[in-house]
Amino acid sequence: MSFSEWLHEPWPWYVAGPLIGLIVPLLLIIGNKPFGISSSLRHICAACLPSGIPYFKYNWKHESWNLFFVAGIIIGGAITALWFNNPKPILLNPILVGQFQQQGITNFRGLLPPQLFNWNNLFSAQGFLLVVVGGFLVGFGTRYAGGCTSGHSIMGLSNLQWPSLVATACFMAGGFVTANLIIPIILKW
Amino acid sequence: MKTNELIERPSKEFNNDFEVQSLDEGYIQHSAQDHFPQQKLPYLFAGVLFGILLVKSEVISWFRIQEMFRLQSFHMYGILGSAVIVGIISVWMIKKFDIKTIRGESIQLFPKKFNKGQIYGGLLFGCGWALTGACPGPLFAQIGTGAFIVIITLYSAIAGTWLYGLIRHKLPH
Repeated sequence: MSFSEWLHEPWPWYVAGPLIGLIVPLLLIIGNKPFGISSSLRHICAACLPSGIPYFKYNWKHESWNLFFVAGIIIGGAITALWFNNPKPILLNPILVGQFQQQGITNFRGLLPPQLFNWNNLFSAQGFLLVVVGGFLVGFGTRYAGGCTSGHSIMGLSNLQWPSLVATACFMAGGFVTANLIIPIILKW
Repeated sequence: MKTNELIERPSKEFNNDFEVQSLDEGYIQHSAQDHFPQQKLPYLFAGVLFGILLVKSEVISWFRIQEMFRLQSFHMYGILGSAVIVGIISVWMIKKFDIKTIRGESIQLFPKKFNKGQIYGGLLFGCGWALTGACPGPLFAQIGTGAFIVIITLYSAIAGTWLYGLIRHKLPH
């Protein structure tokens, strides 16, 4: 494998996982910040649409580091897509590939299945559920739970907080039910 | 004299959000200079690093998320598990050796209190995670890679957060 090919390869879990874990001490040492991304959505509400709601009355500027952090994530995504993009289809479990092919998903290139996530499909029940309802549940659920995968499952568990373990177990339970029972129905439509 | 009068706290609001540090009880604002834009650049760079990690590890892939929830791959569990182990060791070392921030401040970590929101909200978020194939971090990373339809997902997530803020006093916590 040439060097340029190697740059485009996806990273195995044992490389990427520990590096993601190091974001926790990195943010603490840079400036005492707890790792957590979903609160950025609350800051965006507090900055743009506070609408007199008490939940959004706080000094969001004090938390604006978080908005710089998510802006960085967008830039990081763009850098990877431009220069280190993996051109090959994603290597999935062949059982899953078989199951998806039976349901009409045949394109495994890219991060999102282009047959489901496209502008035309957005106005069908399928696309509406995956994009709009899904997104709504991400925003509503993370704030109700007080954190997401980064805030609870990584930061909270790193600090040995048992409520974060409860939250993580519920994230997984919700995901198991949806991925195994609800998504197969949505894909049939 | 209190030094942290600057920080506005929502009066009598029940706090179940332990990601907004200035709302934590006992939070001390150390860095007054933190408000200058150039002080935020390190967080931008940390975000760039995290964004690259999210894409290269494929954790922002809708397919990988389905594979995880169908128990058909170890990949996602390996990532989350090894990230948590590194996080636990890091936080332990910070406490054990009293490691300071680059400006020499003591590192403050706040406990997360239990409330039923972690159950109900957690289940709802898990459902959204499986549908969109993304948690909040990956939403931003997916947009960065050029999947612009995810901007709609992000708007919807902001709307979900806003609605939670509006009706939270009626929800069980």
